[in-house]
This record gives sequence, structure tokens and C-alpha cells, in this order.
Amino acid sequence: MSGGPSVRQRVLGWFHERPTATAWALLAPGGLFLLVFFVAPLVIMFGYSFMERGLYGGVEAGFTLEHYAAFFQPLYLTILLRTVVMAVSTTLICLALGYPVAYTIARAGRFKNALLFLVILPFWTSFLVRTFAMIFLMRDSGLINSLLVKAGLVEEGITMLYTPFAVMAGLVYGFLPFMILPIYSSLEKLDLTLLEAAEILGAPPRARFFRVVLPLSMPGVVAGSLLVFIPALGSFLSSDLLGGAKQILVGNLIQNQFTSARNWPFGSAASFVMMVLVVIAVGIYLRVRDADEAREA
Amino acid sequence: MAESVVEFVNVNKTFGDFRAVRGISFHIEKGEFFSILGPSGCGKTTTLRLIAGFEHPDEDGGQVRLHGDVVNKKRPYERQLAMVFQSYALFPHLTVEKNIAFGLEMRGTPKAEIPGRVREAMDMVRLDATNFARRLPAQLSGGQRQRVALARALVLRPSILLLDEPLGALDLKLRKEMQLELKTLNRELGTTFIYVTHDQEEALTMSDRIAVMSEARIAQLGTPAQIYECPRTPFVAKFIGESNFFEGKATGRSGDCWRVEGSGGAFDVPAENGVTQGADVIVAVRPEWLDVCAPDAVPAGENAIAGTVRDVIYLGETLHVLVDLPGERTVTVAVRNEGQLARPLAWKKGDRAAVAWKPEDCQVLELGDA
Repeated sequence: MSGGPSVRQRVLGWFHERPTATAWALLAPGGLFLLVFFVAPLVIMFGYSFMERGLYGGVEAGFTLEHYAAFFQPLYLTILLRTVVMAVSTTLICLALGYPVAYTIARAGRFKNALLFLVILPFWTSFLVRTFAMIFLMRDSGLINSLLVKAGLVEEGITMLYTPFAVMAGLVYGFLPFMILPIYSSLEKLDLTLLEAAEILGAPPRARFFRVVLPLSMPGVVAGSLLVFIPALGSFLSSDLLGGAKQILVGNLIQNQFTSARNWPFGSAASFVMMVLVVIAVGIYLRVRDADEAREA
Repeated sequence: MAESVVEFVNVNKTFGDFRAVRGISFHIEKGEFFSILGPSGCGKTTTLRLIAGFEHPDEDGGQVRLHGDVVNKKRPYERQLAMVFQSYALFPHLTVEKNIAFGLEMRGTPKAEIPGRVREAMDMVRLDATNFARRLPAQLSGGQRQRVALARALVLRPSILLLDEPLGALDLKLRKEMQLELKTLNRELGTTFIYVTHDQEEALTMSDRIAVMSEARIAQLGTPAQIYECPRTPFVAKFIGESNFFEGKATGRSGDCWRVEGSGGAFDVPAENGVTQGADVIVAVRPEWLDVCAPDAVPAGENAIAGTVRDVIYLGETLHVLVDLPGERTVTVAVRNEGQLARPLAWKKGDRAAVAWKPEDCQVLELGDA
């Protein structure tokens, strides 16, 4: 016997007739998660940034703009400038090191997957552990120095650890895969016939690279640069461990406010200033690139 | 004497163990429409790429000459050629006019000249400049992309234009149209066209001469009429047009003909083809050179083998009469359609009939090549 459609059929039928409701239903789980664990904390932080500092951490009720004002003092602006210089340099170095690697992998034929595997291999270990490993490499009596001394290249070890060089090395090391992977993926899609077309039209190797390969891999370069620049701007681990907390970055500053300094409102304000700066910087970057493309076209 | 613009002297090209091109020699004359025709994997594309410079002959693998100079080791960008690719290979990040200007820029054409030359090339391929110049390739149809690819090559005013199956991706009507346009451009510009295709009809329609390739060698080189009417090997006879084959042993000579006797019947072949007593002989006869007649009414002096009509196929312009002959063979006879409603064909399935042809209409083929 059969008495009308089953519950399941009726539910499915209801959704089938309402595509908008279906979309909302599918978005709900992820959306809810982001709302609770991403949007809500941001809103709370934003609120904190206008409140009074609590004596033992936390906040006390009130409204003040003093934390924002405090951030724009020479002391903090110096930190901000240093951070931006560091992040930009990291991005450029990653680009310079990563592009040739991505290019090689994209042309590596059957070794492609093996090489890609090597690129992502470091992710199997925590960044903290890897940063400690770099300490062992770079300290005065570390592996690099002892090799240099043994080879007779230097009299005694070079001081690398706890210098800006070490911080930069840590950042570049940590973020390089994020540059390589998007560039690889755009180069991998590149139709090699285009290079042949350019070649028979009279383009020598240099021109083929700058007129065809580079423009067509720009989406990867842009994505990679953003993936490196943004987290580099907020990083604190490298400067903490490899820089010996001597020249702190904005990331360290913010971290300190929430831990040892116990100034949550100031930490929140600094976070929001950074976020706005990132959004502006990325906006300008994308705008410039689009203008470039428009000019090219 | 005409000037050779491309010359191959015993050229070999090997990829690993695979011999893509084996000792081929030919020359192409200035202004010629030269086609390289063959099935996939026959070496035709490798041959074109050897001319372009994307591939180089093996060490001691012969000579490739352009305008008389040996260019074995020259890179493509040093060869002053132009090429249209099968996939068009338009630069997706550049507009139509930038695509066309690319080669001019690379070859150091004065900046002031470029816009005029681009416009001229677009006119040549009948692309409306006001409408298309600033579009990206992604905003064009297949046929329009084809024209841009052609303009990008012609704008260089090359003395030699290489075309790698450029019409393969177009629909039939557009393809026919472009065939005529290419042929016209070839005549008007005086540019040498070297055209790779697997489409025999296309090659016959457009070419001054055709090199038919098979298994890394040139099976036959000649004008379309020579290739079609006098195929030298069974491969050429099969690949270009349709052919019926008859085989046997030469048993005796009488006058201008050799008598050939095979399991399926006996027939005469012209004597001038180097047939000797007792030799194995295979001949090809085109369907339109065969006739169907009653077994007892064979015209005097013609070869005839009797069989049974298996089927009659209506093709419009022609009818194909399939006749089963002794030895489990079926031959195809093409008959002009004179109107099946008014004057229906006298033959139908199951009739006893003979296929007949004049001895001079069969082509004695070289053996040893499938």
C-alpha cells in the first residue's frame, strides 16, 4: 500500500521548489561556525578597543579613543614601519627565491609530484619546532658556523642568531611555500604552444619570459605575494625566537599587550589598526595591478 | 629555374628510440602551396617543426636549408618565418591588435609603422579593425581566432608561412571558405605556404604539390593530379581517395600489355611499369574508373571480372555499386547518378554482373608497403 509521498520526498520537494532556501540551508553550518568563532570575537575585540584597561588584564566599562591615539606615537610607528619593511622584504625575497622553484617544478614532468611533495613537507612539523631547529643552525656554535670555521672561511663564528638577518631568514623559510604553490599552479596551466608562438614570432628567451610567461603567471604572483605579505605582517614567532625579542614587530607588540603587558584594549586597538592597514595595502596593490593589466591591454 | 626556399637533404630526426623522420629529401619552391599530408604519427608535424626550428635534425642527420643556408642549429626566432598553429596559440592576455603587433615589435619594426601594418593585416584576413582590435582572444569565436592567428603571421610579410592543421577546429562550411581564402592569399602575396594536414581532400583542393608521408618517410611527392591518378604505393592509393586493388602474377606479355593472373581472375596491365615475367603485381583502380556491365557484354579490350552485386548505395552525386568478386573480395564502382526516379540504375542487389576497366586506367603499384 502507498499513501502519498514519504516525509523524505516531501522535504526534498519543498527544497527543490525553493532554490534560495536551499542555498541558505547549505551555507548555514559553515556560516554559523564563522559567526561564532570569527565574527563574534572580532566584534568583541572591536568593542574592547574603546574600553578602559583593566588592572589585571581584561577591560573595564567606558569609552575612550586613547588606545588608538597611543598607537600613533613615534615609538609604535617605528615598530610599525619596521614591520612593514620586514614584511615587504620577506615578500620580495620569497618571490625571488620562489618563482624559479615554481617554474622548475611546473616543467619537471614526472618529477612534478615528488617536488611538490618536498615543498609542502615542512608543514608536517610545527612551525615552532622548525624555528627552534633554525636556532640550532644559526647560533654562534651552530652547524653553519662550525662548517664555515672548519672550511677555513672564517676565523670564528659569525653572529647570526638574534639579528634582523635571522628574523628575515625565519620568515622567508616559513612563508616560501605559500609563494611557490600559487605561482606553480599558474605556471602549470601555461600553454607551452604560446612560447613556441612567441619564439617563431621572433622573441628571444628574455622577451618570451617578460612578455608571455610573467604576465600569464601574474595571478599566481599576486596570490603568493598576498599569502606571504599578510601573515608576515602579523608574525611574531620569528622575531621572538630568532630575533631574541630585541627588535619587536607589531605582532610581538600585540601579543605582549594580551600577555605580559595586560593591556587588552591597546592590543585590540593595535590589531584593528593593522587590519585596516592590511586592507588598504591589499586594495592599493590590487588596484595597481588591475591598472597595469588595463594598460597592457 | 624556380628558387628553392626550403630544402631537406636526407634529414633524420629521432626522439629516443622513435624515428620520427627517416632520411627525407625534398625542396619547396618560392610561392608554392606545399602540403604535407599523412595520418597521425607519420612524421608530418615533425617535418614542419624541423622547418620552424622547434626541432633540430639528429647529429649527421642531414641538412635543413632555408633560402640556401643550412639552418640545422638555428633557433626559431632567428629564422624569420611565420606560423599558424592548430590551437591558434593566441596570447590570452593581449588584445587582438597587440597579438598581431607582437611579431613586429620583436623584429624591431619602427613603432610608428606598427598600427598601419596591423590594420593592413586585419584587412587582409577580413577582420573588422574597429570592432575587433581591442577584444581579447577569449571574446572571439573560433573562426575569428583563426583569422587573428593568420593576421599575426601575415603581418610579418614572411617569405614562408607554416600552417599546422590550421582549419582543423572549424566547422565544415567555414573550413571550405578558409581553404579558398588561404589559396587566394598564397597567390596574391607570393608567400610560400607549407601546410600540414591529415585531410586528403583539403590537400587536393589547395596544394600545388603534396608530399604524402607514411611511417616517417615521404611515400610520394607530386601534384594533386599525380598523387590521385598515379599513386605509387598501396598506401597512397588507399589514403588519398578510394581504391580497388587487384593482384596476381605476370604470366606473359602481348603487345603493350602484361597478362596478370590472380586467384580472382585474369587482367591486363600496361607494360611500361617495369613489370617482369613471373613478378607479383598489384594494381589500383579508382571506383569512378570501373564500370558495371553484364558478364556477357564486356566492351572489347577491357578487363573484366564477374561477380554478384552486393548492394547499391545512394550518395547523391554518385551511386556506389558494391560487387562481390571471387576470392571474398568486394570492389566499389562509382556510377554517375542520372536520376534514380527518371532513369533508375539497371543493377540491383543479387544480380550477376562484371566489373570492367580499361587496362590503361589501372595503376601498377610498388610492393613492400602496406
